[in-house]
Amino acid sequence: MLSQLGDDAKLLAGGQSLIPLMKLRFANPQHLVDLNFISGTSYIKEDGGTLRFGAMTRHAEIESSAAVAKIPILHDCAAGIADVQVRNRGTIGGSLAEADPSGDWAAVLMTLTTEVRSLGPNGERSIALADFIKDAYTTALAHDELLSEVSVKIPAKGSGGAYLAFKRSAPVYPTASAAVQLTMEGEVCKDAAIVLGCVGLMAIKATDAESVLRGKPINDKTMDSAMEAARSVAEPQSDMRGSADYKRTLVGALVKRAIGYAVRRARGEQVEVSHIYA
Amino acid sequence: MPEAIEKISIQLKVNGKSHTVKVEPRILLVELLRENLDLTGTHVGCDTTYCGACTVLLNGAAVKSCTMFAVQADGAEITTVEGMEKEGVLHPIQKAFGDCYGLQCGYCTPGFMLSAVQLLAKNKKPSEKDIRKAIAGNTCRCTGYQNIFKAIQQAAENMKGA
Repeated sequence: MLSQLGDDAKLLAGGQSLIPLMKLRFANPQHLVDLNFISGTSYIKEDGGTLRFGAMTRHAEIESSAAVAKIPILHDCAAGIADVQVRNRGTIGGSLAEADPSGDWAAVLMTLTTEVRSLGPNGERSIALADFIKDAYTTALAHDELLSEVSVKIPAKGSGGAYLAFKRSAPVYPTASAAVQLTMEGEVCKDAAIVLGCVGLMAIKATDAESVLRGKPINDKTMDSAMEAARSVAEPQSDMRGSADYKRTLVGALVKRAIGYAVRRARGEQVEVSHIYA
Repeated sequence: MPEAIEKISIQLKVNGKSHTVKVEPRILLVELLRENLDLTGTHVGCDTTYCGACTVLLNGAAVKSCTMFAVQADGAEITTVEGMEKEGVLHPIQKAFGDCYGLQCGYCTPGFMLSAVQLLAKNKKPSEKDIRKAIAGNTCRCTGYQNIFKAIQQAAENMKGA
């Protein structure tokens, strides 16, 4: 169908980004193909060591999923997106395919091993998330392809993560956000994944901040170094949510706090993490 | 002249009543409710998916009716504020909003009440945090939220055993 309609057609998933963008005339598709009536596209399946999400799985379904509760960073994300009404409609597949620089899922899923499955006239293919998102609002999908599934490798025991955003109010995009997933061995950090959201055209993997922690104990000194390293890779734009300097400072602080939560969760503590509202 | 847009026939149930209507695909659900079905209790506040004044229930789930197309409600059951009252008796949530002064100008109120309906359908004993989270997608510029919060607490109390 998309091949017939050409590249003036757009897929409509939850519509919680696309419909507002159309009202602003930022998106002006000649054709909309509604995916909401296709059955079997909304599911959460645990499959060996992998959690598979149908593209049309709503944020609210992910928020209340027992399987997802075992990966707290995913729950932090699903439960913190916008508000109840938006979570009841918005989908994980739509969020990734939209590739909004301020979207939550991309930043969170980049801390884990995530693959995106796509479907098109030439069949299916699997794309690593890091290769899937190319730029702001741009993905590796051809215009006649759709995202069908998101699969996430379940982190091993001893691994814990947290996602923390700073928001002016619930319905708006975050001013900045930080996703941190740490694998601990006693007091030492074996592996670290740190991704910054809303401070660049795409989610930014703070590789220097990760290296600072890897192989070291997590303490105030290493956390401060990771915070500084994260600040220096942020590329925020000044806008109505705050100045570039403000966002750079903010994202560092979020990284530091998220590291603290991630360490406690890696130890097996039950920690409730909630976004910070201005 | 723009070419005429073909209308699509949809069936939906609104407040228990079945409707078959023909709508242009570009029409939003809130426009269908207000313009075609004359259910003007659902308000348009911001029209940007922010304020929640247009909140209705779609198969029991609170959604912003300015952020979905009417044709997407084909086959669905919709509840608007007009569907809350039963046989002349206010819904306990409506009554509590009155009793607790949970409204002033009233523009946002239908949206808040429908968000409260979803909350209390799923959670009979909501905590303070549950209530705050449930209404985070609704904006009120009069009350300062405290009395809305109290109204929902009061409604939860009154609906026990219901």
